[in-house]
Amino acid sequence: MADHKAEIININGCATEVHRGGSGAPLLFLHGAGGISAWAPYLDALAERYDVIAPSHPGFGGTDDPEWLDNISDMAYFYLDFMEELGLENVHLVGNSLGGWIASEVAVRSIDRIKTLTLVSAAGVNVVGVAMGDLFMWSDEEAARKMFFNQEIAEQRIAAAAEMTEEEKDVRLKNYFTTGKLSWNPRFHNPDLIKWLHRIKVPTMLIWGENDNIFPPVYGEAYKEAIPGSELRVIPECGHLPHQEKLDDFLAGIDAITSKN
Amino acid sequence: MRFSFFHLMPYGAVDLDAIDHTAWITFSNSNFDPKEGHKLYNRYLDELEYADELGFDGVCVNEHHQTAYGIMPQPSVLAGALSRRTEKAKICVLGRALPLTENPLSIAEEYAMIDNVTGGRLIAGFVRGIGCEYHSYMVNPSSSLAKFHEAHELVMQAWTQPGPTAFEGKYYRFQYVNMWPRPYQEPHPEIWIPSQGSAETKDWASHPDRKYTLLMTFSPIKNVIRNMKAYAEKCDEYGYKCQPNQLGWALPLYVAETDEKAIKEARPHIENFFNKFLLAPTEYRMPPGYSSINSYKMIQANKMKFREQYLSIEMLMENGMFICGSPSTVAEKLEEYQEEMGYGNLVTMGQFATLDHEHTKKSMQMFAEEVMPKLRHIGVPNVAAAE
Repeated sequence: MADHKAEIININGCATEVHRGGSGAPLLFLHGAGGISAWAPYLDALAERYDVIAPSHPGFGGTDDPEWLDNISDMAYFYLDFMEELGLENVHLVGNSLGGWIASEVAVRSIDRIKTLTLVSAAGVNVVGVAMGDLFMWSDEEAARKMFFNQEIAEQRIAAAAEMTEEEKDVRLKNYFTTGKLSWNPRFHNPDLIKWLHRIKVPTMLIWGENDNIFPPVYGEAYKEAIPGSELRVIPECGHLPHQEKLDDFLAGIDAITSKN
Repeated sequence: MRFSFFHLMPYGAVDLDAIDHTAWITFSNSNFDPKEGHKLYNRYLDELEYADELGFDGVCVNEHHQTAYGIMPQPSVLAGALSRRTEKAKICVLGRALPLTENPLSIAEEYAMIDNVTGGRLIAGFVRGIGCEYHSYMVNPSSSLAKFHEAHELVMQAWTQPGPTAFEGKYYRFQYVNMWPRPYQEPHPEIWIPSQGSAETKDWASHPDRKYTLLMTFSPIKNVIRNMKAYAEKCDEYGYKCQPNQLGWALPLYVAETDEKAIKEARPHIENFFNKFLLAPTEYRMPPGYSSINSYKMIQANKMKFREQYLSIEMLMENGMFICGSPSTVAEKLEEYQEEMGYGNLVTMGQFATLDHEHTKKSMQMFAEEVMPKLRHIGVPNVAAAE
């Protein structure tokens, strides 16, 4: 396992939990609605090649839930502050789901510190006529089953959830509540974002699970159309979390975009 | 004691077998037949008008969306109809959900119109709306409480400050608040807050600037008792004595000639009410951010578990969620609880789920003629203490 640590960094008064490990070019990983519970296998795999920086977003995990957090725009400006505060440059920015949405909102505002962008099953855009999965209507068990193509992983997750401590349950609810605050309506997207995605003039990789029940692959196609020169990779037999379900394909996608640039 | 007759206006013609996991949000409206709807609305309005004739002090309607549980998404429409067909009873809207509207002034306007038409017979209820409504209306539940408070402030400004005035909030902004008409009652209509009893609501409603009536709705009796006592204690803390009028209890209630007959007649309908019409998964009821993390966990642990089992009429009566029996049994229970809690408003839901018109009327009449007179003298304002 790569050397890693978790620390609290103050970003303009917001105590921010940051997992960091590995060495190489900086890679900022923005997590999805479920948050980052610990140094996960996909972070460890990335840390073999990159200096992996994986914060918990404001309102998630061990990070403060600041008064000023109302919407995804606040989140985007927070990460511009975050990169500035940590002095990060030439960043490989990677975001999954909600984190992918945040990453695109960051990139339309400024690409000054960004070298490449990778969106993994990202929220943020809407495809009229193709319904998103509504995770706010699913029980925890249903959600686990819909997240993965491989149902064995889903069953493991359900079993693990039954063993959660009170603290872990609190964090899970905190993550769920903040996800609701940011994504309730418009549901998991910003209608204005699509208008400005052409401003993302850095090499962009789009990684999607073929069997994503939340944002089906046409959502990836919508991003591909809107971001000039972006590449879409659709992974077969894979749900909403490619970095957890198909780690090798996920890593191959990241390597393909970062090695060329 | 003041007595009000409350109607939920359920879609009683529903095919009960069609309700498999929810009667809310996604329960298809292909199950609604407008011909039945026409009959039910008119029958239910007849029942509310009959309550006025029988001498109830108030007739009550309320707001729910996308459900067979109650088909009053816009209660002011029916409050308007009642305004002209009732003579003495207060018209209680319990309540309009402030955070669900883009513009809370529309609620202030509806209320002020009813108050003018009736010459001051409106009781204005304000609620946040239950969790399900936040799915149906796509309103972000995480700002529900903050919006409720801001919208309330806006309504009070519109009602009590000579316009035009400006309102600058986080959620609502107006250059010219200048409502026509102003409410009939001075300084504003009586306000009730239907609640399941969160601490924040009690502290807020009991504040000396407000003294709003806390109406405990459809809760197990031990919660009702605990919450009414806590409200009264909060009044003590604020330095005044809680008056009976500030406390209300809303619950389904059924009266018949004997205890046995009452239970027999009410059983299928009250069991349908709690087991079918209230059916909805936890995620439907508890959208993220609607309550604090602690309340969320508590509700998940207690209430949801309670509702997972089939609720029989015996369990409901034992938990004090339903009062049912002969006039003397019902009067005794209400008097006993009144002594313990000190409430001065009783809001009875005399029709529930599938209960038919004849039984509804029979129970209403027996309650009005044989129970109300026995309780009129209790739960009245203590004039000396009020001074």
